[in-house]
Amino acid sequence: MATEHSRTAARLMVSPAVILLFLWMIVPLAMTVYFSFLRYNLLMPGMESFTGFDNYYYFLSNSAFMDALVNTLLLVGGVLVITIFGGVALALLLDQPFKGQGIVRIMVIAPFFVMPTVSALVWKNMFMNPVNGMFAHIAKTFGFQPFDFLAHAPLASIILIVAWSWLPFSTLILLTALQSLDQEQMEAAEMDGASWMNRFIYLTVPHLTRSITVVILIQTIFLLSVFAEILVTTNGGPGTASTNIPYLVYAQSLLNYDVGGGSAGGIIAVILANIVAVFLMRMIGKNLET
Amino acid sequence: MGQITLSSVTKSFGDVTVIPPLDLRIEDGEFVVFVGPSGCGKSTLLRLIAGLEDTSSGKIAIDGTEATDLPPAKRGLAMVFQSYALYPHMSVRKNIAFPLKMAGLSPEIQAQKVEAAAKVLNLTSYLDRRPGQLSGGQRQRVAIGRAIVREPAAFLFDEPLSNLDASLRVSMRQEISELHQTLKTTMIYVTHDQVEAMTMADKIVVLQAGRIEQVGSPMELYRHPANLFVAGFIGSPKMNFITGAEAAQQGCTTLGVRPEHIDVVEGGPWQGTVGLAEHLGSDTFLKVNVAGVGDLTVRVSGERMLRHGDPVSLAPQPGKLYRFGADGKALA
Repeated sequence: MATEHSRTAARLMVSPAVILLFLWMIVPLAMTVYFSFLRYNLLMPGMESFTGFDNYYYFLSNSAFMDALVNTLLLVGGVLVITIFGGVALALLLDQPFKGQGIVRIMVIAPFFVMPTVSALVWKNMFMNPVNGMFAHIAKTFGFQPFDFLAHAPLASIILIVAWSWLPFSTLILLTALQSLDQEQMEAAEMDGASWMNRFIYLTVPHLTRSITVVILIQTIFLLSVFAEILVTTNGGPGTASTNIPYLVYAQSLLNYDVGGGSAGGIIAVILANIVAVFLMRMIGKNLET
Repeated sequence: MGQITLSSVTKSFGDVTVIPPLDLRIEDGEFVVFVGPSGCGKSTLLRLIAGLEDTSSGKIAIDGTEATDLPPAKRGLAMVFQSYALYPHMSVRKNIAFPLKMAGLSPEIQAQKVEAAAKVLNLTSYLDRRPGQLSGGQRQRVAIGRAIVREPAAFLFDEPLSNLDASLRVSMRQEISELHQTLKTTMIYVTHDQVEAMTMADKIVVLQAGRIEQVGSPMELYRHPANLFVAGFIGSPKMNFITGAEAAQQGCTTLGVRPEHIDVVEGGPWQGTVGLAEHLGSDTFLKVNVAGVGDLTVRVSGERMLRHGDPVSLAPQPGKLYRFGADGKALA
């Protein structure tokens, strides 16, 4: 029913919101791009000068950059693997009828509500601490040497912490998907002679693929920018063992006071995130088609 | 092969007894229809036979072998579900081949059997489509195809036609009947539609509240209903029930007479006025209000042009009156 007139009116009506959103996005981006071409150090205010692509050159040729890139991918990949497999397993368990189902389901979501900084500190001080931590106590009970997680396996420890807080998210999404699986299909497969394992492989997993795709897409977006957990536990160290790209950008601009270099890193992170996004959409986007 | 015996089978969910002790024998090659109003336990009974529900007590034997505790897959039965329960992400071919694949048959034999089943069901040109791309009737046929390939001892149908439109239901009904003629395998069919029961069954089992009200061939049930429930359930439109003085005169509590057994004649014993006339073309159903008797449904030839308010005189056909006692049972 939209006439030319009403369509014009509609565009006019939505334009304030669209323009606001556009400015919100473009102004910081444009400023970052602008800073990334400046020699801009906070220790030398008023000395800014145009340097071309030097900031990009220094950021990319920094040996920490490759480390950070690999760490970022490991972090995203590791957390995804844990949350998908763990999420499917937990969802299958929670889908079984048992007493107190409602309360358990609510409690399972709890880690998602804990702030990243808080959860990382709890893990660092109460679980992973080599002297007072729970894991150290358990190790000592069995006569083993306590393991200093954050010093000797910093990235793996951070992956564990981040996976812990994202597990509820994937569990919830996969649980709702499981509940929408047609029970008659399961019974038909049972009549057809499919064992529990075959029913899982041929019916449950294909039914879950779409939800798994959604979980991967959403989590990847958030996991590319993990920062708080690293800041409060390892500070990116030892060395660069647990530095990812967002943390490297932070270190560059706020620890080294190099706004130009940090901005260049930020732009590089945006480009990398887009590359990852394109690959992801290519790889699994077709799962979202009907 | 496909003789099924239920002996004093019961089923309760918690405190609710859905099926009180029940005995039933289904002969090899029979087409048995379980019919009854919704909630009468007919689907539960079918699921007990399939093994999808465990019996609370009693025994189920298939071909003389004890099967009460066997898992569904081991009973050699195939089931067609009301929602078809096709696997949405698999092609028709894979759907039909699924039970064969689970049985561990070689791909060549699988392909062979799928082709054969597809030919019987006219599905050959749809084999590579997904269930979502098929019409209701085609999905139904795929579900039947998935049942056929297993060469089961018996087929179980759980209201398979209830999701189809009226004309498709009639043609699928005939297809299933023809399939039974060709395969000569035992079939157990659950429906709430007495027309399906009458047209397809060798033997009808009428259920109410988990109890078997009567077992018999369609015409047996039609001619000699054992009680009021069966009399009212079998036959369309419903049998007229007359109580009060008119029934007492015949020596019974309830007098039953089918609409098709009442004639419109001059000088009949019942005088009334037409309340409603439904013209179907072939038949006309009249709702006649008879003083002292009540509303009677009467079937007359479609050419009779009677209208609301017309006076008519009715006479029941001799020997076609059913008499029921106070307990609802038919009187001899």
